[in-house]
Amino acid sequence: MLEPIKVSLESLNLITLAPMLIAIAGGLIILSIDLLKEGLHKSLYVMLTVLILVVDLLSTVGLNINERGFFDVMLIDGISIVSQLLVIVGSIVFIPLALSSKRFHEYSYPEFFALFLFMVAGFQFMVASDNLILIFVGLETASLSLYTLIALHNRSNSYEAAVKYFTMGALAAGFFAMGSAMIYALTGSVELYKVAEVLATRTGEADLMIAIFGGFVLILVALGFKLSLYPFHTWAPDVYEGASAALVGYMSVVPKVAAFVVAIRIFGMYIDLGVEWVRIMILVIAVLTMTLANIMALVQEDVKRMLAYSSISHAGFVMAALALDTTEGNTSIFLYYALFMFTNLGAFAMLWISRHKMRRFNNRYDHPYEKFAGFIKIMPIGAVIMGLFMLSLAGVPPFSVFWGKIYVMQAAVNAGYIWLAVVMGLNSAIAAYYYLKLVVYMFLKDPVKDVDTIYYNISRPLMVIIGFATVATVGAIFYVQPLVSYIYYMISASGY
Amino acid sequence: MDYILSILVFFPAIAGLLGFVIDKDSARVYGITVAAIEFFLSLWLWFSFDGTNAGMQFVELIPVIPDFGVNYYLGVDGISLFIILMTTMMTLIGIMSLSVKENVKNMIITLLFLEMTMVGVFVSLDAIIFYLFWELSLVPMLYIIGAWGGSLRVYAAVKFFLYTFAGSLIMLVGMLFMAYTYQSLTGVWSFALTDWYALVLPVSYQMWLFAAFFIGFAIKVPMFPFHTWLPYAHGQAPTIGSVILAAVLLKMGTYGFVRFSLPLFPDAAVIWITPIAVLSIIMIIYTAMVAYAQKDMKQVIAYSSVSHMGIVMLGIFAMNAEGIGGSVFQMLSHGIVSGALFMLVGVIYDRRHTKMMDEFGGIAAVMPKYAVIFGIMLMASVGLPLTIGFVGEFLVLIGFYQVSPIMTVLAGTSIIIGSVYMLTLFKKSFFGPVTKEENKNLKDLDAKETWSLIPLVAIVVWLGVYPKPILDPIDNSVKAMLNFMDEKAITQEAKDMIHVAKSTKEAK
Repeated sequence: MLEPIKVSLESLNLITLAPMLIAIAGGLIILSIDLLKEGLHKSLYVMLTVLILVVDLLSTVGLNINERGFFDVMLIDGISIVSQLLVIVGSIVFIPLALSSKRFHEYSYPEFFALFLFMVAGFQFMVASDNLILIFVGLETASLSLYTLIALHNRSNSYEAAVKYFTMGALAAGFFAMGSAMIYALTGSVELYKVAEVLATRTGEADLMIAIFGGFVLILVALGFKLSLYPFHTWAPDVYEGASAALVGYMSVVPKVAAFVVAIRIFGMYIDLGVEWVRIMILVIAVLTMTLANIMALVQEDVKRMLAYSSISHAGFVMAALALDTTEGNTSIFLYYALFMFTNLGAFAMLWISRHKMRRFNNRYDHPYEKFAGFIKIMPIGAVIMGLFMLSLAGVPPFSVFWGKIYVMQAAVNAGYIWLAVVMGLNSAIAAYYYLKLVVYMFLKDPVKDVDTIYYNISRPLMVIIGFATVATVGAIFYVQPLVSYIYYMISASGY
Repeated sequence: MDYILSILVFFPAIAGLLGFVIDKDSARVYGITVAAIEFFLSLWLWFSFDGTNAGMQFVELIPVIPDFGVNYYLGVDGISLFIILMTTMMTLIGIMSLSVKENVKNMIITLLFLEMTMVGVFVSLDAIIFYLFWELSLVPMLYIIGAWGGSLRVYAAVKFFLYTFAGSLIMLVGMLFMAYTYQSLTGVWSFALTDWYALVLPVSYQMWLFAAFFIGFAIKVPMFPFHTWLPYAHGQAPTIGSVILAAVLLKMGTYGFVRFSLPLFPDAAVIWITPIAVLSIIMIIYTAMVAYAQKDMKQVIAYSSVSHMGIVMLGIFAMNAEGIGGSVFQMLSHGIVSGALFMLVGVIYDRRHTKMMDEFGGIAAVMPKYAVIFGIMLMASVGLPLTIGFVGEFLVLIGFYQVSPIMTVLAGTSIIIGSVYMLTLFKKSFFGPVTKEENKNLKDLDAKETWSLIPLVAIVVWLGVYPKPILDPIDNSVKAMLNFMDEKAITQEAKDMIHVAKSTKEAK
């Protein structure tokens, strides 16, 4: 007969689960409110979501660093805290975009907000564990919620986007599961720290290394889909085009942060073990991603598609930092996304406020470049702000993305990869062209038609959000220092 | 006033922000007033500047990102002082003579922001802050060319932006590597130029870093073969854009060579003398010939401006006090003279809406005042003695003569070819009978134009006759820099090449 398993509550260290549980409980509260009283306005749900996320944020800040919990599957190290904070802050700043002046289908359902909170919880699980199974569960929770959120935007190409994303995502999930299974088969564990211990003793065995290579490739493909790295990026532009601008802005930052954490944990482990071809493969993919996505972005006719390719290129940029596997390199990943988030928020919010119910300029696209022609004459302040965001994305100092770029490039130089820094520099120069194209349309061309309603979807909360994004973008120089030192401290404390 | 440099940098920017509130009919007066205050502030800087002190003055140092070694670090020495003065003066005169009719308010605000970035570039002593202003200066210029330019304006503006942006990103990698080297040697992150000066690098490092900085600066100068953006930019830009571009923005490149490349990499600079001198001479002679072939007055001046920047480059790489001092002086004179020439072309363009030389002829009879001022500026551009153009060019040639007499002779032909194309331009447009009907009733300079140009004429003559008050502080700082380079150089060739002893006295 088996001994009954005795577990003391203290040893579970349940506090490590608190942030996720808050988000899940919040989602359930929203669902229950809907059951009790129907027809409540979306503003209630938005604000409730924000409040729940604030509680979530505070409970994350309060976590002790370097703790394990819940049968040791939860790992609260510096990376997991920093990335959870990024996920939550990103969610807090993006969800109020729902408060647009026009009614959109998805926000009339409270389920949207419940799913949103479940998704946040999924991302938090994903980053707060080094157990491959829990990572997988988190990944799937978040992804399934996200597919549904996209599909809720009531339009034929949103369905297309959701189905496309779902198909690709399911494929990626399959690859991830197979990769994990291979790792388990080879090392007998799904806990990454144990995997690392086992591998460290056996790096000399050639046949094992080939199998490890197979496992690595499977996981790389899975994460490549999630991070939209070349050549697994093909879903991204269509999905971005189909989803609402508010959600796209979110998608281009938060899921990627979560996926990068997983990538740091898995690939960082390989590189630490001295498996050099992992580094080479990541570098090749990163360089291809940033270059080819940049070139594709040059020829886009729609601003949202352009931004989709540009965010692929930014992901490639950051992926290169991952290959360095230095503390600076890992710091730069989070710094980059923290700074990129505000600019991206602003850029997509600007697209969101200029969104019409019907396509007024082009049968295919919502935001063709022509729509923004002569923006300076129609809406001067909006044009200046949008111009700032574009310049920031292009990496013009002193706006926020510049500091992220320079930190990534500095990390590359420090690690001895000067050629990589040069490639990054040249890519930024290519990227400047397509961002500039929008600036040129906005400032230097005449309006194509009378577009008196170009800021059709604006409302006071959106103006506040955009104002906030502008301040964060322009004033980056003043908060880069505390941000860098905090992230660097957290990363180095967790030993990466 | 301790914070005069910060005030100089941010006063125009604050004024630009407040300018959004100003009514559009009053924007012009606002712009002139702000630019005038800025100019007087810079004059104040000059008067409180200690001309005998060769080091950095009015230094301000505030850490911004200490973990990363980025400081808000400003200072001014004899080399940058007069470029700042020229910047504020040319902005003031540019705004005074502004002939743009539509969106004047936007133009004024853009110019004020541009002035911030230009002054910022010349006072920064921290590489990142320098880079920040350097890149930021592209944005207002993009808008000026793109919004008020000619028919190809968007193409010209984007080409200008991308060309310079690409170059400066390579330079940024160089800066990052420099900081990394500093950090690995000292353990501290720093982008401060004065810290970097203390770094003695092996020659191989110097070569690569020099190359990285060279790309950034050479595109801005613009050195042959990177000069192709400039004729487009000038050709399409409105008058004010060309004035600022020629007078100030091009100087950023040559200033960068003096401030960064030479003192940081003395050995590499000495090794690079011959290639750069060859490129400069090609630039001088080739673009002068191209200038002769142009039919458009503005293009003539644009190419002549490239040609004169060749002289500046040559002087910088003479590696002696005459050459570098002469170059800095030539930067000022070129700024004033080419700025004035572009303004003059703008005057005639406003009246006739063409810049083609064969559309004119005999204007001297119709517009005597205009012809006189044009003539003086043209002579200064060619380098006639007793004008400002002569002093710098002469010093540069003397300086480079010590390096290579043959190349100096080749460079000296620029004066001959220069006078050929300039005098042809003058002859075709100003002399002979008035052939075209519409030219018979052209109005001569009005009060606004006259009073914008008279100060420039006065300076051209004053500094041509008596350049001492400006040459002395420049000379002090240049000599200090050369002394420093001489100490720092590690190879014997470099030490031999860097001449410190002689002064510019014999030039006067």
